[in-house]
Amino acid sequence: MTALFLRDLKLSVRAGGGAMIGVLFFMTVVAVIPFGVGPDLNLLARIGPAILWIGALLASLLGLDRLFQAEREDGSLDLIMMQETPLLLTVLVKCAAHWTATGLPLVVASPFLGLFMNMDERAIGATMLTLLAGTPAITLIGAVGAAVAVALPRGGLLVSILVLPLAIPVLIFGVSAVYAAIEDPAPFLPPFMILMAITLFFAVIGPVAAASALRHSAD
Amino acid sequence: MRLLAEGLSARRGEDLIFKDISFDLAGGEALVVTGPNGSGKSTLLRVLAGLLGADSGRVRLKGGPAGFDHPRELSHYLGHRNAMKRELTVEENLIFWQRFLGDSPGGSGDGLVEAATAVGLADIIHLPFGYLSAGQQRRMAMAKLLVAYRPIWLLDEPTAALDVSADRLFAGLVARHLERGGIVIAATHQALGFTGVKSLEMTGFFH
Repeated sequence: MTALFLRDLKLSVRAGGGAMIGVLFFMTVVAVIPFGVGPDLNLLARIGPAILWIGALLASLLGLDRLFQAEREDGSLDLIMMQETPLLLTVLVKCAAHWTATGLPLVVASPFLGLFMNMDERAIGATMLTLLAGTPAITLIGAVGAAVAVALPRGGLLVSILVLPLAIPVLIFGVSAVYAAIEDPAPFLPPFMILMAITLFFAVIGPVAAASALRHSAD
Repeated sequence: MRLLAEGLSARRGEDLIFKDISFDLAGGEALVVTGPNGSGKSTLLRVLAGLLGADSGRVRLKGGPAGFDHPRELSHYLGHRNAMKRELTVEENLIFWQRFLGDSPGGSGDGLVEAATAVGLADIIHLPFGYLSAGQQRRMAMAKLLVAYRPIWLLDEPTAALDVSADRLFAGLVARHLERGGIVIAATHQALGFTGVKSLEMTGFFH
């Protein structure tokens, strides 16, 4: 299993791997917002956390369709499915590798992009923390979409459309936790706990659903 | 250990691909599956590998290691595609499969260099897999069979894209596997040229 994790990480940083694509997209989205909104620093600071979250959500949807499709195209998926190791464990490990390669860089990049949006330290810290807790959920939900669309030649957009409705709660609770942290009366913990609960929930449901979708797509 | 197929039939969608195929292979025996294109050779191998459900009949193992009653987990499957990543070097690919597959009970796989030498390509394992020619890629996919031990080999057109010397090399690998008591089921038109080989001719249906 460690071997699979390391291989997927290696693949994602090699040519065509797409680990940097997500971060670059994230930077592009966030960097153009101030130009569009104009130099109103207070407004930027107010919408900053929401923009960062939307950017991170869209960026993490980018490479998801290749999660299983690349394995299927070169025949590796057949061998992976034949092993004794339960398929859902394999799926979980692939998700972990995918998140480390594409989700973690987003979390790391978010403080710098927060500066673009004139956010203060407290808002930047809260955004980073909620992204850290929330982006794994997006990967895990995405694994289900990727598994359903594995046999479709151009499944990229379909995966995003399948995944987006399920990822909306992650966005809602992520952003509301950040606002709770910077605006005084609302408590930070309840929305943050729900965000973590969503991640844990999909850590269980995601691999099970993805594994069964993969089993049924075998031909 | 014996591998038994009893009255297997399979469908793709609504179409019956083959029906009522039975055989019984003991350790050290090979089965060569021949037949025209579309007669169901690949489908049969995928059913044996557990990648496709049989419509009726069943596959089972008798006298194998405890806990294994389907050949799936004890088999190597070499399909049309090589299951190697173009971006990684040959060495990284082989190390990955060696560690990911692990050895089945009752044997151990060859070392990396040993396996690459057996397919005659020991000097190029540092290259990315995508740089190799089609024939070299196929040979490396065979090296994958050697790095992790599996008693059963399911081979689908293993010698496609191979030259004559590689054909002989492949026959040698199969012979060595059979000598060690392994089972080989191959869909191939190449004569393996030794005793203990059974053959199954798939005729297909006329529509």
